[in-house]
Amino acid sequence: MFSIKRASKVWQRNLKVFTKLYKSSIALNFVEPVLYLFAMGIGLGAFIQEIKGMPYINYIAPGMIASSSMFAAAYECTYGTFVKMTFQKTFDAILATPVNADDLIAGELMWGATKSMLYGTIIIIVISLFGLVDSAVILFALPVLFISGLLFGEISMICAAVVPGIETFNYYYTLFMTPMFLFSGIFFPIDSLPAVATKIAFFTPLYHLVNICRAFSAGRPLTVWEDLLWLTVVTAILSPYPFRLMRKRLVR
Amino acid sequence: MSGQMNIVTASLLSKNFGDLQAVDRVSFDIKQGECFGFLGPNGAGKTTVMRTIHCFIPPSSGTVTVFGMDVTASPSEIKARIGVMPQDNNLDPDFTVLENLIVYARYFDIKKKEASRKASELLKFVELTEKADVNIKALSGGMQRRLVLARSLMNNPELLILDEPTTGLDPHSRRSVWDSLNQLKFNGTTLILTTHYMEEAEKLCDRVAIMSSGKIITIDTPQNLMQMHGGNLEHVYLKLAGRGLDA
Repeated sequence: MFSIKRASKVWQRNLKVFTKLYKSSIALNFVEPVLYLFAMGIGLGAFIQEIKGMPYINYIAPGMIASSSMFAAAYECTYGTFVKMTFQKTFDAILATPVNADDLIAGELMWGATKSMLYGTIIIIVISLFGLVDSAVILFALPVLFISGLLFGEISMICAAVVPGIETFNYYYTLFMTPMFLFSGIFFPIDSLPAVATKIAFFTPLYHLVNICRAFSAGRPLTVWEDLLWLTVVTAILSPYPFRLMRKRLVR
Repeated sequence: MSGQMNIVTASLLSKNFGDLQAVDRVSFDIKQGECFGFLGPNGAGKTTVMRTIHCFIPPSSGTVTVFGMDVTASPSEIKARIGVMPQDNNLDPDFTVLENLIVYARYFDIKKKEASRKASELLKFVELTEKADVNIKALSGGMQRRLVLARSLMNNPELLILDEPTTGLDPHSRRSVWDSLNQLKFNGTTLILTTHYMEEAEKLCDRVAIMSSGKIITIDTPQNLMQMHGGNLEHVYLKLAGRGLDA
């Protein structure tokens, strides 16, 4: 079991690094979704009249909140965690203090979730400025982004705990993250695919987060309680595993 | 030495990583205020022993107590009173010299104001005051080593664990680290170190344990060992642990 107080020291360390380096790291994560928004929304959108009664760019905009926040947590808890664990040996330094492995892992996950929420929030601001958000209900997405951030962090950290080397993350991104990004209903309604795709999508967290962001953005929060439940339950179910597997790697 | 409290007690400590027996049933006591050295070739198990003492890895069997507490039961309480200078400089590359110390102090729950005071005191101690606001990437190897030493002292440790504190340093930097360590010893800090430099062990250590293949071959004062076996500590070391090196 971890101590929130000690975990928060790890969180604070990461925040301090972030505030020193935010210029380069924020830009990267915010430019990419905006590029997608314009390339797809305006470029491709010119050939598509409407999806579910919305202009195409309005349809995909909430999905950018979801994907941006997903990738923020994923990068943090794969590459970020792995570099601190191996090359920088930051974890060795921290573990020589009263902070124990569980505190460290909890702090890293909390930080991944924080960053996930932060990057989602930036996209909310950006798409609102472009007039692509219909309802202030979208603000209720913030706590949801923290929970889904924890979930993406957990999955990513499980991966960081088991990869032999940093290049192995390519498998994670190519075989898991990218397909999820493409087939979670961000760019087209998932029910336009064969039925099996809908079934697979149900088991991916991004699909539910996209549903939530889209519904909140349209001001229909009550239609997505099942998605909220799914995210919360799966986050809770997976939570022991990053701890168990990272402990195995850190404390041999 | 009798009458002094044992800071560390290991009995029949073993550690294996899979099939590799890194440490094989070693027992030793380290007394308050002494400087205790682990000597031995690479792979002898020195670092593994040190890592079990600072609660980094749990023993596979046997027990280790530090300040009377079991390392597996009370790691946070033990680590709060220990300073660790690891073999690699694991400083935070994104921070300045001063930030490295301040952020580290936070893990020990030291208040910001006290941390700043302690940091400037320690930067003076390791002669890095002018470098306080420099990024650590701009420091020489010797300076980084001294900063790691300063960092390990942020929590006023009663026990300082030094894994090859002067490996890779030029003679001047080495002497400067020795001076610092002697001063700490003088002030009553218990020191445990590993080293490949017999001169260092002779200068600093009250007692040494010579290790080979995970076992402790002997524990004694450098003086006794030299008397018993003749020659300087390096001769003794080669005689006891260096067999097979020329094969």
